[in-house]
Amino acid sequence: MTPNPEKKKLVVATTSLAGCFGCHMSFLDIDERILQLITHVEFNRSPIDDIKHINKPCDVGFVEGGCCNTENVHTLREFRKNCKILVSLGQCAITGGLPAMRNGIPMSDLFSEVYQNTNNPTLGNHLIPNDEEIPIILDRVYPCHEIVKVDAFLPGCPPNADLIWEALVRIIEGKSLDDLTYQYFKYD
Amino acid sequence: MEQGTIKITIDDKEIWAKDGQSVVEAARENHIFIPTLCDYKSLKPAGTCRLCTVKIGGRFVSACTTTVSNGMKVENESSEIKDIRKSLIEMLFVEGNHMCPSCEKSGNCDLQALAYRYQMTAPRFPFSFTNRRLDASLPHLILEHNRCIQCLRCVRGVRAKDGRDLFGFVDRGAKIHITVDKTVEEAFSEKTAAAAMAICPVGALIQKGGAYQTPIGDRKYDLHPIGSEIESNIEQSGGSHDTKS
Ligand code: SF4
Repeated sequence: MTPNPEKKKLVVATTSLAGCFGCHMSFLDIDERILQLITHVEFNRSPIDDIKHINKPCDVGFVEGGCCNTENVHTLREFRKNCKILVSLGQCAITGGLPAMRNGIPMSDLFSEVYQNTNNPTLGNHLIPNDEEIPIILDRVYPCHEIVKVDAFLPGCPPNADLIWEALVRIIEGKSLDDLTYQYFKYD
Repeated sequence: MEQGTIKITIDDKEIWAKDGQSVVEAARENHIFIPTLCDYKSLKPAGTCRLCTVKIGGRFVSACTTTVSNGMKVENESSEIKDIRKSLIEMLFVEGNHMCPSCEKSGNCDLQALAYRYQMTAPRFPFSFTNRRLDASLPHLILEHNRCIQCLRCVRGVRAKDGRDLFGFVDRGAKIHITVDKTVEEAFSEKTAAAAMAICPVGALIQKGGAYQTPIGDRKYDLHPIGSEIESNIEQSGGSHDTKS
């Protein structure tokens, strides 16, 4: 991957939905290779540069986490609309992951367990939050590809930094993301 | 290696097999990998998982329950077969709740290893997110019903001293689940728990108190895909099942 000053930089956006930011931490684990990366790409919306909204068409979007509330769905749709290639990054985006362990349990049971049958002093009023400022929680956690079309998937909890790097290099070189290296292709 | 007397062809390779052998066994002896999940060493094949599906005479059959016959032509690695196998793996993943990141068997799990080998990313089917229970009532053994793939390996392979069944299934259809006969003394032993964890291809049977002992990188399938030990005929170095057995 040699820098080519003639070539336009790829625009990359990243976001975390119902995730723990572990995938983003793993992204940063590419370490000093990030210096090489920024000769080929510019970041748009991402927690890495703190740009809050996509403000131009992007070539690639990486999404960490599945969708657990309406805001997640909104953000995911914004990514799909503005990114040529959309990549699900990590197990939560691909399977719903840990947050999806609530799937299959009735919402009423979840709410009463968290807000009503609790001795937590900060939840002393035992009210279930219901403010229009708060995104509405979904009936279950949805993997991203059940909401929008997703073009590629990088598994892992979090995905290995070398897997993320391999994917970035391939995208920059215009290659497919099939047949990723076995040692990096893991679900844990 | 003792040479067999029956000649069969797997994909483009002619091999010698022994009378009475299954296609899976004959392939294995000739360093050809046919994936299996319910098949286990000395146990009589059950043919429940269908992962070993091959095409013989234009029909799909399970290679573990099909006996070799002279001149047999077996299709094993075609793109059609590969896709069928991948779809079976995907179905198993969406049917239960297979949370690899939190599973004690991760890295040593045959289902996960097959999914790696067939490069499953997101299953083509929607996840069912069924609400299954976890039973930790026995002193040494956890039954994690979310992960059971109903392969019957425990039912067939782990028995009481007098030969009585220890494991069995209750209910039918989507509700079917594994259970342990608690009237048998061995159900409570540490030895049974170790044997059960070792025979279970997934993380449905877990021995209490010994998980996560093998570091990532040293686990059975961390570096080499499942089946590569058959294809290369070299025993895999390092890596072992995470049990105390
Ligand atoms: S508990 Fe394990 S060995 Fe027994 S049937 Fe289920 S998956 Fe197979």
